[in-house]
This record gives sequence, C-alpha cells and structure tokens, in this order.
Amino acid sequence: MKRIGCSIKLYCRYISINLRSMMQYKTSFFLSMTGQFLVSFNVFLGIFFMFQRFSQVEDFTYRQVLLCYSLVLMEFSLAEMFARGFDAFSGMVRRGEFDRILVRPQGEILQVLGSKFELTRIGRMFQAVVMFVYGIGESGVTWTFSKILTVIFMLIGGMAVFSGLFLIYAAFCFFTLEGLEFMNVLTDGAREFGKYPLGVYGEKLLLFTIFVIPYAWIQYYPLLYLLDKRQSVFYMVLPLGALWFLIPAFLFWKFGVRHYQSSGS
Amino acid sequence: MKKYLSFFRLRFSMGLQYRAAALAGIVTQFFWGFMEIMAFRAFYQTDPSAFPMTMAGLSSYVWLQQAFLALFAAWMMDNEIFDSIVNGDIAYELCRPVNLYGMWFSRNVANRMARAVLRCFPILAVALFLPSPYKITMPKSTVHFFLFLITLLLGLAMTVSFCMLVYMTAFFTISPQGLRILFTSAVEFFSGAIIPLPFLPDKIRQIMELLPFAAMQNVPLRIFCGAMSTEEMKKAIGLQVFWFVTITIAGNFLCRLAQRRVVVQGG
Repeated sequence: MKRIGCSIKLYCRYISINLRSMMQYKTSFFLSMTGQFLVSFNVFLGIFFMFQRFSQVEDFTYRQVLLCYSLVLMEFSLAEMFARGFDAFSGMVRRGEFDRILVRPQGEILQVLGSKFELTRIGRMFQAVVMFVYGIGESGVTWTFSKILTVIFMLIGGMAVFSGLFLIYAAFCFFTLEGLEFMNVLTDGAREFGKYPLGVYGEKLLLFTIFVIPYAWIQYYPLLYLLDKRQSVFYMVLPLGALWFLIPAFLFWKFGVRHYQSSGS
Repeated sequence: MKKYLSFFRLRFSMGLQYRAAALAGIVTQFFWGFMEIMAFRAFYQTDPSAFPMTMAGLSSYVWLQQAFLALFAAWMMDNEIFDSIVNGDIAYELCRPVNLYGMWFSRNVANRMARAVLRCFPILAVALFLPSPYKITMPKSTVHFFLFLITLLLGLAMTVSFCMLVYMTAFFTISPQGLRILFTSAVEFFSGAIIPLPFLPDKIRQIMELLPFAAMQNVPLRIFCGAMSTEEMKKAIGLQVFWFVTITIAGNFLCRLAQRRVVVQGG
C-alpha cells in the first residue's frame, strides 16, 4: 500500500515538473491546445455535416452517434492523458535513455509515463469534456442508475483498452527501435472510426472487435444497452470485462523489457 | 533553375531510401481507406438517394486520397526547416547563393513526390482489383485522366506553397507548433480530407470551393471520379492557378520580410 502511495506521489511530481516546463512557453501552449481542440473538432464537424444530409446511419440517429463519439473520445482522452508517455518511447530506446530508467529504483512503467506529458493533450481532453457534456445532454437517454454505472464502466474499460494499446506500441519499440506506424490504426484509427457504432462497419469487423481487440466491449454493446436496444445486464458489465486486455499488453511489455538491448551512446 | 532541379533530385532520391517506413505507411493507409469506405457504405445503404456521389465514385476518391496522401497531407511538413529556424542552422542556408523560397519549395515538392511514388502503386494496384463498388474506377475519358494528372500537380504545388507560408511564420513566432497545427486542421477540413466537399450543404460548399483550400486535393480527386461537370472543372482549374500565384507571391513577400529581420538563434 505504501509503495502504491509513493508511486502516485512520484507520478504527480513528474506531472508537475512537466507542467511547469511547458508553461515556460505560454503562447505556444495556448496555440497547440487550440489546435488540438480543432483537430478533434474537425471530426465532429464531419459527423455534423454528414447528418445534415442523412437522417440516420443504419438505425442510429445523429444524437445517438454523437453520444457514441463523445464516449469514445472521452475514453481515448483519458487513456492519452495518462498513458501517452509511451508515444515518444521509440526515441527513448533509440537514444539509450531507457538504461537510465532501468537503474533507478522505481517501476519502469511509471517512469516512462512520467517522462513526457504533453499539455496539448489537454486540448483534446477539453474537447472530450465539451463533447461529453453535449453528447450526454443531447442523447435523449433517460439516465437511470444502471445507465450511469454503464457509462462509468465504459470509461474505465475504454481507458484500459487504449492504455493497453499504447503499452503494446511501446513494447514493439524494443524489437524494432522504431515506432510502428501501423499501431496508429489501432489507437488513433479506433478513435477516429469509433465515432460510429461499430455495428455499421459490418459483421466481420464486429467479430474482430469482439475477439481480437475488445473495442466492441467498450463501445458497441454497452451503447446498445444505453440506447435501450439491448436489455440484459450482461451488456452493462461487459466494458469491465475488457480489462483483460491489459494482461497480454503487460506481459508483452515485460517480454520486451527482458529483450532490451541498449543502444545509443 | 538548374540549382533547384538538383535540390529536387537530391531530395527525391533521398526520400526513396525510406522503403521500410513506406511499407508501414502503405499498410496503415490501406486500412484507413478501407474503414473510410465502410463508414460511407453504411450511410449509402441507409439512404442511397441522399448520397451526393456514386458509391464507386466515392471509393475512387478515398483510394486516391490514401494513395496520394503524401502529396496533400498538410501535416507532413518539413521538420528540418522548422528546426533550422529555431536552432539557428538557418545561418548556413542563408549563406548559399540561392533563393531560400525556391530551395525550400523544390525540397518540399521532392519530399512529397518521393513519398507518394513509393506508396501509391501498391495501394492503387490492390484497389484496382477489389470487388465492384469498392474499387477504383477509371475516369470516363482520357481527357479526364490527363486533367487529373495536371490538377494533381497543381494541387501539390498549392499545398506546398501553403506550407511555405507556415514555414515563413516560424521566423516571426520562433515556436511554430501552435500556428502549424491551426493551419493544418483548417486545411484538413476545408480541402475535403475529412469528408469530400460534395457532402457538405450546398451553400457552404459553394463558398468553400472558392477558398484556396479547395484547390488542393479536392480538384484532382473529384475530376478523377467524375464528380465535376465541364463547367465546374474550368472554374476549379482557373481558381487553382489563381490561388497558386497569389499564395506564391505572398510567400515570397513574407520570405523577404523574414530575411530582413532574421535573428540567428543559438551558436
């Protein structure tokens, strides 16, 4: 228990250092934040204008898609806030900086997470919060206790899945020394295309998101529950089930660390 | 002119070296295109009458967009240029007896073309053999095809000259990240990278088609998939030329202004 408390304290320390160094460039920070906001705002504009033309996609209306997008964006932003330190990890391995992390008496994941904290993500987080409030308000869902609980489960599960993906992305760097661009399809791509309920992409993709990477567990099925298209409580707790995804991700990371060969000078 | 051609050649052959990165890019873009088409297909199936293009036309649009991403993606800017402005390496560039604008312009065109050449063929080849409404359909006539090639180059020149404006602003702000991201997200939406312009409501579309952003990927891709009438094409190509000239003049002006007050950072 004491160790966990210590870790959290250290993580906050890391963040505060990063924050202070960012705030040295205030204009740049402000502009990057606005920019980040605009990037995800573009996606929203895309949805908005598509629904100016179409009244629904499959049997989801604009409001329902909006709810879906806002939830996915929130899940992603939370994961990104917390775990995107892995994003710059390839550079860290290449320059041999990971050596320094290994010799310190703290968990290596914690240190990598704390090593980089881009404030620009706050822009996306800001966007996510705005969308979230708007999406929830517009959705027309009657919020019962079980539905609120579902949303919370979705956020937890979604954060776990995306964090797991970031972790896998980083673990690949041990072998390739290079960030795998392909992984972006799974992270940024999932955020991008998760704007529509996964069911609209057809049967095969849905199967993939059930059995390989559990997106459907955190997006499609709980959404159906929220929209009263499915009644079973099973769909409510399904997002928590997605936590299993962290296990292979963590094991793969451990495997990577064991195979780490120092590089750089 | 010869100087700039050799800058171009140098960069072009350098860009061709990154084959593994290109392979990764191809896989990514292929998946991206696939998902994009699936999303549009869902809309098409729900209400085909509201769809402003044909499904085959849209598929061609998406595949071309993915294949030629490197030509038009505004976010693929040359980091070396930003770095040189921020860390002071710009001093070396200024020593050279060449026009800064011309040098950077040819360098950027070469970078983008090298990337596109490496990536486009596999994507196009696969997209040609997909089942019917999801594959690339060749344009109606050879005239359309040649117009596509010409506007593709014009669109590339337009994109690069727009990026040049952003490089120039870096001289004035030193920390370019913010402005850069503002510009790129504007380009993304207004040029039809998020959704093709015909999907927008008519009034908004008419205004957007006049903006410089529409002179980038919008024109060649729409000509290829036959989503433009002859009248529209004439107007669009005219606008492309107009905006390219205007922005190049503005860029050159900014470039001269920046060089007059350049401060070399670092030592």
